[in-house]
Amino acid sequence: MALNKEQIAKRIAQELQDGFYVNLGIGIPTLVANYIPEGVDVVLQSENGLLGMGPFPLEGEEDPDLINAGKQTITTIPGSAFFDSAMSFGMIRAGKVHLTVLGAMEVSENGDIANWKIPKKMVKGMGGAMDLVAAAKNIIVAMQHTNPKGESKLLPKCSLPLTGVGCVKKIVSDLGVFDVTPDGFVCIEYAPGVTIDEIKAKTAGKLTIAPDVKEMTL
Amino acid sequence: MRKVVAGADEAVKDIPSGATLMLGGFGLCGIPENCIAALVKSGVNNLTCISNNAGVDGFGIGLLLEQKQVKKMISSYVGENAEFERQLLSGELEVELVPQGTLATRCMASGYGMPAVYLLAGYGTEVAEGKEIREFNGKQYLLEYAFDSDFAIVKAWKGDTMGNLVFKDTARNFNPMMAMAGKITIAEVEELVQPGELDPNNIHVPGIYVHRIFQGNDYEKRIEQRTVRKKSA
Repeated sequence: MALNKEQIAKRIAQELQDGFYVNLGIGIPTLVANYIPEGVDVVLQSENGLLGMGPFPLEGEEDPDLINAGKQTITTIPGSAFFDSAMSFGMIRAGKVHLTVLGAMEVSENGDIANWKIPKKMVKGMGGAMDLVAAAKNIIVAMQHTNPKGESKLLPKCSLPLTGVGCVKKIVSDLGVFDVTPDGFVCIEYAPGVTIDEIKAKTAGKLTIAPDVKEMTL
Repeated sequence: MRKVVAGADEAVKDIPSGATLMLGGFGLCGIPENCIAALVKSGVNNLTCISNNAGVDGFGIGLLLEQKQVKKMISSYVGENAEFERQLLSGELEVELVPQGTLATRCMASGYGMPAVYLLAGYGTEVAEGKEIREFNGKQYLLEYAFDSDFAIVKAWKGDTMGNLVFKDTARNFNPMMAMAGKITIAEVEELVQPGELDPNNIHVPGIYVHRIFQGNDYEKRIEQRTVRKKSA
């Protein structure tokens, strides 16, 4: 069985390390915050100007001046800090944020990512995605392996306008976990119930299966 | 020091059609609601607006778009506005999409007196088209120019009559660097106080950058994505 969104988030949460400053994008990445492992202390960065993002507020306690980068009402944790947008992207650019998790429409076998524009159909803008992918030390993409038509989103080359080049290090899709290497996608884990043959059939870009590939544990 | 003006109408009254404006805020958070309303009322048009977002239908910069007062938007994300998308696809509206950090830093450069900066974001993408590229330490950077704006319009939590500003929570966002970048900067604040009432150690924008200030009223502070958790959780 392919993973659902919560399970993708849960698997990505295993990548978090104690002391990490982490930026979570909109969608599945936001869910990662629900699965931070016990004993792992991470600080969430919201690029509109907050370190130390807490959970959503209780009903009636929403504050319009306190939102995340997805414009959702949020709270802070003790020890949080506010700052302006220039400093926010300054810390991102300077490599202070250890890990960025974001969604993608397409990823290519050399780590290019496309996630901001579909010509003539959708132009919402790149927001902070181009800044994040250009600068983050480590980028994990959370995505569905195929589009609604069943076509692979892990490609030899992106067909959509790029957000960044050669930047994606790892992909967690509904089918498995893939390192992005100079030799293309390397499958290091498969989702429970998903076969290697299915992964091969649904990956258009160059794919190798790691010799020690294993079933994902959630 | 005569920075205090009576209200939004007086603050924006000399903004001419064709002006380039910076408007603070992220989404609908920390936007200068009073000045936007005054601009809608004044009917100026052909505006170039530098703002991270373009409001939503019926609120924020969305109000200026509906009245076709905007010629060009320079933004990073415009996803929540159907009228915006319609004007963009029909070609009525000119749009320059800029990565968010680049947008913030081009404002910052202006306020710090720097004509241009080299930034990473957008290398290898259509954002890089036509831009000078230079390598530093093995990485490719784009030359990005400081913004040149006639007026910057920002919203702060508190301000004093000297023009010193303090922001609240994530309503700070683009407001400080835009305040620093305007040839003329207009600040609307929720609470206008006398000199000495704000702690000089905790000023976010010193008054030297602010030319006009007033206490706004009737802030709606609309929430785009009201998200809550249950008490039991």
